Amino acid sequence: MTPVIVAENVTKDFVLRRHKTFKKMTVAKMRGEQTVDRFNAIDDVSFTINEGESVGLMGLNGSGKSTLLKLVSGVMKPTKGSLLTRGRIAGLIATGAGFQTQLSGLENIYLNAAIYGLTEKETKAVLDEIVDFADIGQFIEQPVGTYSSGMSSRLGFAIAVHVDCDIFLADEILAVGDKPFKKKCMAKMEEIRDSGRTIVYVSHAAASVQKMCSRVIALERGRLVFDGEAMEGIRFLHYEDDDDGDELGLNDAQLGADV
Amino acid sequence: MSETPIASTHDLTQEPLAAPSANLGLVSVFRRRYLLKLLVQREISARYERSFLGFLWSYINPLTQFFIYWYIMGIVMHAHDTIANYPVHVFSGLIIVHFFTETFGAGTASITHNKALVQKMPLPKEMFPVAAMLVSLWHVLPQMAILLVVCILTGWTPDMGTLIGGVLSVSILMVLGTALSLVFSVANVFWRDFGSLVGIMNHFVRFGCTMIYGYDQLVHASGGLEWLVTGNPIAIACLLFQRAFWAMSTKHPHHVLVTEFPAHLYREGFIALGASVVVLILAQIFFTKFETRIPEQF
Repeated sequence: MTPVIVAENVTKDFVLRRHKTFKKMTVAKMRGEQTVDRFNAIDDVSFTINEGESVGLMGLNGSGKSTLLKLVSGVMKPTKGSLLTRGRIAGLIATGAGFQTQLSGLENIYLNAAIYGLTEKETKAVLDEIVDFADIGQFIEQPVGTYSSGMSSRLGFAIAVHVDCDIFLADEILAVGDKPFKKKCMAKMEEIRDSGRTIVYVSHAAASVQKMCSRVIALERGRLVFDGEAMEGIRFLHYEDDDDGDELGLNDAQLGADV
Repeated sequence: MSETPIASTHDLTQEPLAAPSANLGLVSVFRRRYLLKLLVQREISARYERSFLGFLWSYINPLTQFFIYWYIMGIVMHAHDTIANYPVHVFSGLIIVHFFTETFGAGTASITHNKALVQKMPLPKEMFPVAAMLVSLWHVLPQMAILLVVCILTGWTPDMGTLIGGVLSVSILMVLGTALSLVFSVANVFWRDFGSLVGIMNHFVRFGCTMIYGYDQLVHASGGLEWLVTGNPIAIACLLFQRAFWAMSTKHPHHVLVTEFPAHLYREGFIALGASVVVLILAQIFFTKFETRIPEQF
């Protein structure tokens, strides 16, 4: 199996400035106070993900999942350690994909696809499929600024899944979609998984992770606390008694579509 | 829903492992020209977003400056009597200086304006200052058309120097404008003060070029400080541009070329271009050093 994501002792620090202005900073310096805080978002994390694996990235809010995903996607660089990938990466980091609010949905499709590395021709080839999948009617011609959060995440997801990628990243993508759309997304994700691509899936929903992923990596305050078989990981995090699904009265199949 | 199945995966065994954030800076920008084109188109429509007059502001701004200089300097301060074909002197200087100041201003704001993209999508961030420069260059074109008409009406006799000087002048400012935009766009992410500083610097640029005054006046009245102007690549670009258009539209171009320009203008021009390239390389090094911290600043 070819390793496609190799993280070695990855650490990501954020420098937080305590003082916003020259005046406050000078006063702090004169008093000998610290002017910056270092926040350790990812702490010495190592793992290897092989081609075709689908990995659930789990952990509480603020545990570093999104930061790790940004490091994998190349939006951020590790402070220490190395993170290497192979092949084209696509996917959503949080909802909405950095859309330009004044551009129409269509224009945003071209721009986003170009950022993923698609040519104009490649984009045109999948344009209809993206528009069909997003299914937002004539809004596709309207500026994205007029979209509801559901609509923009539909469009973002539609673009991401139609990019011919090797690694697919999904960060709580389904949090705002309605039930039929969630189902459609899960089906598409399974299709991506079954085609042999690598998936890194961030979710809090044990049921959907269990359905999608064979492996779970769990973070806690930036540290890797679990890396192993999916069900074990869910048990490790005590997510197995997750009663989200029951509350909503969904059956097993629908649970998969729930986040 | 009729959908083609997702294509089979590529043969990844042939691909090397690489850092996903790796990019070659400006080299990557030119390799990804299609993306750059889309960003330029987007920027053209976005620069005057929610503005009724839209792109016209790119003309209103230099035109109002032109009329102020034409009246105050030309009529009140009698520049019309001392500088031949003074309106063209001002206008040709204004076009090229405005190209620089617009690039510098928009380039500095370019990354903060695009924070939605910068935070979520991996792309060479150098794209934004470069796109800002190209949009400003795009805005120069109609101004050039106006200048050409005025030059022709006032008896313009272009020579080889027009071509060399014009190209050299625009090249210097494209390189230098991109370089300063790179540095200031990243600095502006950390401290917005740099955005305000650009306004002041642009003010110095406007008065530090031989636009409202002539080179001859500068040499006679600056008390030996004319190197402040002649050592400035922007001022050299301005002189080259005026050499190309204004000088050749005056009644006695040969006389004007001797009195109103430094002795070795083209040599100075090539030195300015070389210096701008050096600044661009340093700017790229600076940018690469700090750009990794950009996404977490928003």
